[in-house]
Amino acid sequence: MAEQTAGTGGKGIGAHLGGHLRENGMILALVAIVLFFTVIVRVTQGVDFLSAQNITNLFLQNSYVIIMALGMLLVIVAGHIDLSVGSVVGFTGAVAAVLTVNMGWPVWAVIPTCLFVGLCIGAAQGYWVAYWRIPSFIVTLAGMLVFRGLTLWLLDGQNVGPFPKSFQSLSTGFIPDAFGVGKPNMTALFLIALAAVAILWMGLRARARDQQFGITPEPMIVFTIRNFVVVAALMFVGYKLASFRGLPNVVVVLSVLTVLYAFFTEQTTTGRRIYALGGNEKAARLSGINTDRLVFLTFCNMGVLAALAGMIVAARLNSSTPKAGGGFELDVIAAVFIGGASMTGGSGKIIGVVVGALIMGVMNNGMSIMGIGIDYQQVIKGLVLLAAVIFDVYNKNK
Amino acid sequence: MATLLEMRGISKVFPGVRALDHVNLTVEQGEIHAICGENGAGKSTLMKVLSGVYPHGSYEGEIHYDGTLLANRGIRDSEAKGIIIIHQELALVPLLSIAENLFLGNEVASGGIINWPLAYQKTEALLRKVGLNEAPTTQVGKLGVGKQQLIEIAKALAKDVRLLILDEPTAALQENDSQKLLDLMLELKAQGVTQIIISHKLNEIGRVADRITIIRDGATVSTLAKSEISEERIIRDMVGRDMAHRYPERDARPGEVLMEVAGWNVWHPEQQGRQMIRDAGFTVRKGEIVGIAGLMGAGRTELAMSIFGHAYGRDISGTVKMGGKVVDTSSVTKAIAAGLAYVTEDRKQLGLVLDEPIVKNITLANLAGVATRGVLSRGREQQVAEEYRRAMSIRTPSVFQKVVNLSGGNQQKVVLSKWLFADPQVLILDEPTRGIDVGAKFEIYTIMNELAAQGRGVVMISSEMPELLGMCDRIYVMNEGRIAGELSRAEASQERIMSLILKNDGKAKVA
Repeated sequence: MAEQTAGTGGKGIGAHLGGHLRENGMILALVAIVLFFTVIVRVTQGVDFLSAQNITNLFLQNSYVIIMALGMLLVIVAGHIDLSVGSVVGFTGAVAAVLTVNMGWPVWAVIPTCLFVGLCIGAAQGYWVAYWRIPSFIVTLAGMLVFRGLTLWLLDGQNVGPFPKSFQSLSTGFIPDAFGVGKPNMTALFLIALAAVAILWMGLRARARDQQFGITPEPMIVFTIRNFVVVAALMFVGYKLASFRGLPNVVVVLSVLTVLYAFFTEQTTTGRRIYALGGNEKAARLSGINTDRLVFLTFCNMGVLAALAGMIVAARLNSSTPKAGGGFELDVIAAVFIGGASMTGGSGKIIGVVVGALIMGVMNNGMSIMGIGIDYQQVIKGLVLLAAVIFDVYNKNK
Repeated sequence: MATLLEMRGISKVFPGVRALDHVNLTVEQGEIHAICGENGAGKSTLMKVLSGVYPHGSYEGEIHYDGTLLANRGIRDSEAKGIIIIHQELALVPLLSIAENLFLGNEVASGGIINWPLAYQKTEALLRKVGLNEAPTTQVGKLGVGKQQLIEIAKALAKDVRLLILDEPTAALQENDSQKLLDLMLELKAQGVTQIIISHKLNEIGRVADRITIIRDGATVSTLAKSEISEERIIRDMVGRDMAHRYPERDARPGEVLMEVAGWNVWHPEQQGRQMIRDAGFTVRKGEIVGIAGLMGAGRTELAMSIFGHAYGRDISGTVKMGGKVVDTSSVTKAIAAGLAYVTEDRKQLGLVLDEPIVKNITLANLAGVATRGVLSRGREQQVAEEYRRAMSIRTPSVFQKVVNLSGGNQQKVVLSKWLFADPQVLILDEPTRGIDVGAKFEIYTIMNELAAQGRGVVMISSEMPELLGMCDRIYVMNEGRIAGELSRAEASQERIMSLILKNDGKAKVA
């Protein structure tokens, strides 16, 4: 028997890349798509795809998809689905509008109230899925109809707005420049640099710890290249943002949430249990894991994130419309699957989901700039989703 | 009487296992022939060879049927010749009607269009034959197991059966349903249908069988005529084998009582009024290995799973004491906290998250043990996994290997590691060596001995009697959901266990 001990680091670079094809492939795909659009847009339209304004727009346009995809990943990992998030976005946006515009509530009261409404919606749906074992497809399909209807009712079929400036800043606000230089925004540069250093430091620390415990680390060359790409991209984006209007609030919220959820899914017992539940529910239950409660909690969490996204969407449009959030559930679910989550539950990573959402967002944005009609855009996005999943299935069967 | 079926020198090899080894079976025209043998003796495999589940060419030997050499390519071939098998697990579609089930795949139709009036008419005729008074449109799922069994037979009759094979037809039936079924068998015999029945129940065999063939370890031991049938003879032939496996030396020093279960009653989770466990009780001492013997369906797994977090059954009553104190085991979490662990019979479905690596499976039942305030320590987790990999000699290139890629024996070691890391006082092992090769079995036995030596209690549920005799300090025998007897290591023998199983005392008391 091959008694190959861990820690000898004998694995070749090729073998390592093969094992992590998906994660590294995703980042490469995103970079390739960005480069593709940069060239095409420059050649055909004479427009700078990577202009500061467009990068800012990219984040503002896609923040809500990424935020909801974080929660949707947990739901899908647990082996379920939530089709209602688009309607919940509409509904919580409407609640925010009615409270702020019609009833004059202050923003500091509206935000927690809306998050609480989202929590209740998630709990109401999760209850039937977790404790009554009603298929989540059915429960959330019902939720999708119910909350769309309630949105119409609440808004009386009208647009309600505009929001006060303070609420709008939720989406369109920027972190003010503490150093007062203006352009480039020094605060933004400082925070981005800090983030880059943090990423490098944590990566190195994880490597050191792995070595200490005798885990075979990934080859240094792969680690270096990947971190170089990530940090370079980060610094580039940061510089562009700083030279425009600074760091959008949304980007800060987004980054904090991404780090939090990545930590939760990979480093906490509860996160681990959700993966075990999705991988084999019966085995998880027989290992003493309260699977019902976990399913319930993933839906509660999804509700809260959908409410947050609902407020961001409303703030961005500066009004609540009865149609807000229509079809969002499909973008979110597509982002999760493009990001490499398994259809049967049990696997998928936060970083993959964020990259998946960015791929969708970049494609939307790039194709719009190119002037590709919405008809072709839909077809192309559909094919990309299909291709990503076929790629996964093919790799798994190989 | 003419010979209808002769199977000569049938051998069937699965990877690593010789399931059948030159088995001979002769069935006369118009008789009821019983086949007896322990679990895993090869009865079902033999019937699968006969019915074409294993096609001609995948086994050695010859089958002569009705004077010609039989070369089935599949079930359809054997069914065309009138050989029909009714499996232990019924093959009915519960949401379809009786008529739809009877003619499934064999519809009363011309050009693809079903002639319902004719189908119903034929259904009624068939139902009369098996003595069932139900409308052809009744949904099969709404009938009890006994009636469903009769519908299986009607389905066989619809295909012009000549040789009917029943695999433990009464295993899931109540007493009076069993009697009805046996009556029907005799009636079919009178109509000239030859039948083979696989059964463990001696009273049934004595009632209907004309001859009996006993199979042991994949080989024919004897064929007895009705006049020769006796309990002693059957038991001797069923179990009389050499100890094929070896067991590690066991130096047992049982201490005080660790676990005590009393008055345990469990009802079937779905079927109303079907009691699965009746007033069961047992004790486990420190450092003791206790066996639970019994045939499939005796209620051993149901007993274990209902104790472990009420993971099986409804309306559970009774008490579990650990170290003299009554403990609550009503959820798996509570059962683990009380010091219990249950290693399931079905590793792949219930024991492991197959797509996850070894390391994540080992810590699953005790994540708190590798975490601080809910935050996992990857390093500690890996250390734990490496420790168990060494201690259990789990053969794998790395603890990051997905368990789906491991052999059965190594998978079982991962499951054992998972439970040991949860540090239980009593481990219940359900068929711990099923599907594991001989070498790995020895390792598992050694681990069990070590656990007992550490002062833990071990309960081993097993269908392999030599294993129970080789490993256990005491053996409980289960039958029909109750503890039919208890044997000390000195008293225990295969014959005594088998006679406790077959005597069927429990049922007599209820009736």
